[in-house]
Amino acid sequence: MMQDFKGSKDYVASDELMRSVNIAVALEKPLLIKGEPGTGKTVLAQAVADSLGKELIIWNIKSTTKAQDGLYVYDTVQRLYDSQFGTAGVDDISRYIKLGKLGEAFSRKEQVVLLIDEIDKADLEFPNDLLWELDRMEFYIPETGETVRAKQRPIVIITSNAEKELPDAFLRRCIFHYIAFPDAATMERIVRVHFDTLDDKLLHEVLVTFYAIRELRGLQKKPSTSEVLDWLQALQIGGVDPAKIAKTVPFAGVLLKKNEDMAILQQTLRNRGRI
Amino acid sequence: MFTAFFYLLKDKGLPVSLNEWMTLMEGLDKGLEHASLTGFYYLARAVLVKTEADYDRFDQAFLEYFKGVEHIEQLPKELLEWLSQPMPQAGYDKDEVDRRAAELELEDLRRMLEERLAEQHERHDGGNKWIGTGGTSPFGHSGYNPKGIRIGGPAKNRSAIQIAGERHFRDFREDHTLDLRQFQLALRRLRQFSALDDGPKDVLDVDATIRETSDKAGQLSLVFTRERKNMVKLLLLFDSGGSMWPYSTLCTTLFQAVSKANHFKDLKVYYFHNCFYDKLYTTPSCWEPNAIDTEWVLKNLGSDYKVMIVGDASMAPSELLSRGGNIYYWYGSDNEPGITWIRRFTARYKKIAWLNPLSPWSWEHGYGSETIGYVKKEVPMYPLTVEGLEQATKALVKAR
Repeated sequence: MMQDFKGSKDYVASDELMRSVNIAVALEKPLLIKGEPGTGKTVLAQAVADSLGKELIIWNIKSTTKAQDGLYVYDTVQRLYDSQFGTAGVDDISRYIKLGKLGEAFSRKEQVVLLIDEIDKADLEFPNDLLWELDRMEFYIPETGETVRAKQRPIVIITSNAEKELPDAFLRRCIFHYIAFPDAATMERIVRVHFDTLDDKLLHEVLVTFYAIRELRGLQKKPSTSEVLDWLQALQIGGVDPAKIAKTVPFAGVLLKKNEDMAILQQTLRNRGRI
Repeated sequence: MFTAFFYLLKDKGLPVSLNEWMTLMEGLDKGLEHASLTGFYYLARAVLVKTEADYDRFDQAFLEYFKGVEHIEQLPKELLEWLSQPMPQAGYDKDEVDRRAAELELEDLRRMLEERLAEQHERHDGGNKWIGTGGTSPFGHSGYNPKGIRIGGPAKNRSAIQIAGERHFRDFREDHTLDLRQFQLALRRLRQFSALDDGPKDVLDVDATIRETSDKAGQLSLVFTRERKNMVKLLLLFDSGGSMWPYSTLCTTLFQAVSKANHFKDLKVYYFHNCFYDKLYTTPSCWEPNAIDTEWVLKNLGSDYKVMIVGDASMAPSELLSRGGNIYYWYGSDNEPGITWIRRFTARYKKIAWLNPLSPWSWEHGYGSETIGYVKKEVPMYPLTVEGLEQATKALVKAR
C-alpha cells in the first residue's frame, strides 16, 4: 500500500489538497492543479516527492514546447556532423536519440514524481498530443523501432495558470484540484514555516493589512503569498513599528507591482487614513 | 451506485462523462472515500469536476442530493440558540466521564439524543445530562465527553454538507460578468490558423532541412513550408444608444479586450444607435460627420469576416420593423426597416453573433423583449458575460 501524502515540513497543504493528491496517486491519474499565482502549485510537486521519498523530475513548459520534446529528440545535426568526419557509430541511430523529461521519467527503475509545470503556456493542442503517452505510459520511437514503456508508473502532477482552456479529452483523464487562496489562519501557518522568529504583533498587523489590500476594488494584480513573505522580511529588516503598518503601508512596492494598483492604494489611504 | 446523482449533476449542467463516472466507481472500490460523506465529497469533486468554475454547481447538486443525510440541521431552533453562546468548560473528573462514556454505544447515544430532544425545554450548561455547552454530557459542544455527539458551535472538522453549503466557489462561476483579462482569454479562442495546404511555401523548415540533408549524407537540401497565421478577421458593431449606457463599463471592458487582442488579422469597429440602417459610425457618438455607408461595409468587408454585434436589442418595435423607423429619420436616412439591414448582414456573414448585456431572463420578460425576440430569430444571441462570450467565439470559429 502506498503511503499517504500529508504535507511536508516546509509545505503547508490543506486537508482538501492532501485528499486530492492521495486520490490521484491511488487512481494512477495525472493530478491537474490550478490556482492563483503564488498559491504554491509548483512547490507542491517538490513536497509530494519529498514526503513520499521519491525523485522529482520537472518538465517546464514554454510557449514553444512541443509534446515531442518531452518524449525524445533525434539529434540529426550531431549525426550529420559525425557523418562528415566518419565518426564511428554514425550508423547507430539510438546514439542520437535523447530522451525528454517524460521519457526520462518512464525509464527510471524507481517510481518518480513528474511535474509538468504550466501546461497552459504551450500551444492549444499540446495536451491532446500527450493523451496516449499519459494514458498508456509508453511511446514508440520510429527511428529505432523501440518502445519506451514506464517501468514504474510515475506520479504525474500538472500545473496550469488557466491562461488557456485545456481540451476536454485531456481534462477527462485528470484528477482536478483548485487551490483556493489561503485564509488568514492557513497563511499564518505558511508564514511561520518560512520565519524562525516573528513578532506576533507584527504578523497580526501584516496579515490584517495584507487581506485588506487584497480586498481593494480594481486591483490588477492582487498580492499573493510570495509577496507577503517578502514584505514581512522588508518590514523586519526596516524595523517598522507594527502600529503604523495599517496607516502608512510601508514598502508597499513589495506588495503591489503596478503603478495603477499603487495609485488605488494611495487613494484609499488618503480617503480612510488607513487601509 | 448513486446513478441518480450522476443524472442530477448532468441536469445542473456539469459535463460529467461516463469515463469519469467509472473512475469515481473505481475510487470507491479502492475505498478512497474513507467511508465518510466528506471523503466522498472530495473524491467525487476531484474526479468529476474539472474547473473551479463548476465547483459551485457541484456544491449545489451535492447539497440537493445529500440533503437530509445529516440530521443536525433539523434540530429545534431554540436548542441551537442555547448552544450558540457557549459557557466555559465546568470542572470535571476525567476518569468518571470516560467510564460513563465507555458504556455507551452509538445506538444508545442516538436513542438518548432523541429522548433529550423530546424532553428538554430550557438551557442547560455545564452539566452531565442535557444538551448544552461546557459540560460533560455526551450532547452539545465546548465540553468534554470522549463519545459525545457535537451539536452546534463552530466545528474544527467541517462536514461535507457544511462545506458544500458554504458555496465558497460561487464567485468562480463563469456566468457572472467579469473583468478584462477574462474577456481577453475568451477572445483568444477566436483564432483559426491558416490551413497547411494554403498559401505560399516561404518559410524554411529547419528540422526537415536537417533531416533531408542528413538523409542525403550531407548534401544540402532545403525544405520550405507554409507559415501558420491566425486568419480571423473581426467586425465589431457596438450599440451606443441611450439604453446602453448602464452597460458602458462592461462594453468598454469588452472593447479594450478586443483592441488589446493583437492576434486578429484584421479588426473593424463601428457604432450604431439601437439598430443599424444605411449608416454606421466610426465613433460612439454616432455623429453624421463620422458616418460611413453600411453598403460600403457590406461590399468591402469580405464574407470571411466574423461579426460580433453588441447591443441590448431593446427598442420600439417600429424602429426595427417599420419603414422609416430609424429614430434619426429626420437626418435624411432612407426608409428601409432595421430588420432588413440585419438580414443583409446575416446573408453576407455566416459567422455572426449578437452579444446582449441584458440578462437572459429579461430577454423574455423585460422592456425590449419584443424586439429582442425578433432579433434573436435573425442572429444567434448570447449574454455579454464571460461564458456567453466564450460560447459566441466558439460558434464563430466552428467549422460548418
